[in-house]
Amino acid sequence: MAFTRTLGKVGRQLYRPWASCQAPLRPTSSRTIAVEQSASAGTGFPPLQTFTEEETMMRDAVRKYAQERVAPLVSKMDENSSMADEVIKSLFEQGLMGIEISTEYGGTGSSFFSCMLVVEELAKVDASVAVMCDIQNTLINTLMSNLGTEEQKAKYLPRFATDMIGSFCLSEAGSGSDAFSMKTRAEKQKDYYIINGSKMWITSAEHAGVFLVLANADVSAGYRGITCFIVDRDTEGLEIGKKENKLGLRASSTCAVNFDNVKVHEKNILGKVGQGYKYAIGMLNGGRIGIAAQMLGLAQGCFDHAVPYTRQRMQFGKRIFDFQGLQHQIAYVATQLEAARLLTYNAARLKEAGRPFVKEASMAKYFAAEVATLTTSKCIEWMGGVGFTKDYPVEKYYRDCKIGTIYEGTSNIQLSTVAKLLDQEYNS
Amino acid sequence: MAARVLVGVKRVIDYAVKIRVKPDNTGVVTDGVKHSMNPFCEIAVEEAVRLKENKLVKEVVAVSCGPQQVQETIRTALAMGADRGIHVEVSGKDYDSLGPLQVSKILAALAKKEEASLIILGKQAIDDDCNQTGQMTAALLDWPQGTFASEVAIEGDKLKVIREIDGGLETIKINLPAVVTADLRLNTPRYATLPNIMKAKKKKIANVKPAELGVDLTSRLEVLRVDEPPQRQAGVKSKRSSVHTSTGDLFMEVVPTSDSTPAVIPSAQLLLQAF
Repeated sequence: MAFTRTLGKVGRQLYRPWASCQAPLRPTSSRTIAVEQSASAGTGFPPLQTFTEEETMMRDAVRKYAQERVAPLVSKMDENSSMADEVIKSLFEQGLMGIEISTEYGGTGSSFFSCMLVVEELAKVDASVAVMCDIQNTLINTLMSNLGTEEQKAKYLPRFATDMIGSFCLSEAGSGSDAFSMKTRAEKQKDYYIINGSKMWITSAEHAGVFLVLANADVSAGYRGITCFIVDRDTEGLEIGKKENKLGLRASSTCAVNFDNVKVHEKNILGKVGQGYKYAIGMLNGGRIGIAAQMLGLAQGCFDHAVPYTRQRMQFGKRIFDFQGLQHQIAYVATQLEAARLLTYNAARLKEAGRPFVKEASMAKYFAAEVATLTTSKCIEWMGGVGFTKDYPVEKYYRDCKIGTIYEGTSNIQLSTVAKLLDQEYNS
Repeated sequence: MAARVLVGVKRVIDYAVKIRVKPDNTGVVTDGVKHSMNPFCEIAVEEAVRLKENKLVKEVVAVSCGPQQVQETIRTALAMGADRGIHVEVSGKDYDSLGPLQVSKILAALAKKEEASLIILGKQAIDDDCNQTGQMTAALLDWPQGTFASEVAIEGDKLKVIREIDGGLETIKINLPAVVTADLRLNTPRYATLPNIMKAKKKKIANVKPAELGVDLTSRLEVLRVDEPPQRQAGVKSKRSSVHTSTGDLFMEVVPTSDSTPAVIPSAQLLLQAF
């Protein structure tokens, strides 16, 4: 039973019998078992690019939706630095904002992997739309579903699935990678907390109806005082700062959020007091895979625009694709893309299977962001002068990709995480 | 009130795919090629689902004939709002020679078996462009037909259909039960939302064999050869003789081509006006 669920870990187990870093296997969801039963009837170990019928239908539906309803608006949204209301509305209508939320709360009731496929397909068209969908699903919905009380879940999950965007407030001007040195405080007063401080780089703040805010409720305990608060947008003292004027992901609003004596009842605490740091890390591990999927889709979308051009553009009497120099570059990039895809899919499948996935998720995010940077840069070169103009979409992909190496854990943080886990692996 | 609507959906090569002829000229390449629901069938499903949402019909049943893969097409119809599906199993040589005559016999038999009072089909499939199944089905059932429908309205036990014809629009009123074929402008099909895709997984697809319906699949047609259309030759312009309309507008030009048979080129302006 253990071996049929490894999907690639079998090789590692054979080569390194002395390293046992695997947590006891927890039961898998019935969906993953179903895939293997149907697949193992034929090949035994399905390739990573095997999807269930549900996942395939989801992916095709989102692909069509993205191509037909989002693509025409991308250029304008980028120029105006603003997400079209129509896109936000249709994301909800299509059920893309509550993919893992169960149907009893009005969500789609699907799986993490389906969510990754959705993010990838959206990113092929517009990375800004993809990030809005990704953060809602992997950060906001996950936090609420895993930590919310019945009352909180009943209040917020249906709204997250149907019409309300959530924003996650962790970073501050003085604390990015060093997240736990945050200065935002929450002072307890009877059964209320008074939040004071300033968060920065908050995605979707322009449209969010609720903010999940990490604030320190007990500064003397250091990071063990960090607590997660649910703060509704209309709470007095909460102010959305100005929107950043960004290089890329311009359609996604990124604002400062200021808290001036914001009074929050203790029943609005998500999870337990002082456990916020743990929740943040846990959830960012999964969110990492979402960003990997976004970068993957971005790179693929850019690639899909550039390669047809190289097959049509004629110079010196032949297609520029026919020059070996270009062929080698294109093949190299395609290989990197495939590797990024497999890293991402594998990390997602591992998470779904309830197996340790932190190292793989970090690797996937780091690698996919690097591949996106490489791919988009090369695609502009292949398209020559026209690649450099805004008439063609590749320059937008090039600008959008850069944030991949920065947000939800910089590349350096990812590498440090991988190194730390490797260190532990060789311990036993 | 029409209780049950039967909607036929066909799995065809996706409209965006570049079609290639097999090297042995027996057909087109289908292996590994992207397939999807025939666009006119999508319009048919959408119309049926809208009728159900407006409470004019009780149940929408999606039907497809073919091998295992057509179940995907039926699932798409279910995700768009059909209530259940029927998969008529046809595979191998029978599937290769399956044409409008056989499908219409199957649909006629199913309509009787399911006691359907309305059949909605796409006007034609984009792979064979036959435009025959709807008409044949109606004839076999001896039901009235409203083809090339750009608007359908149920009025009591009658159906008002506005048809797109060469001269414009024709409005007819036909008795139910009837067969309707959907034209392009009948509606804009909805996207299958993710929650509906999940719901579709629980809807039933029944399997039926043509023999159970008493249908003989023998084809009266034999495909001898399939070829690509000839490569378009460039025209050659040298001396032109032109014909003008009474108002002086350019009507057409007669231009010698490379094999010296003159080609008549209608004026683009007037072509646009004609449509």
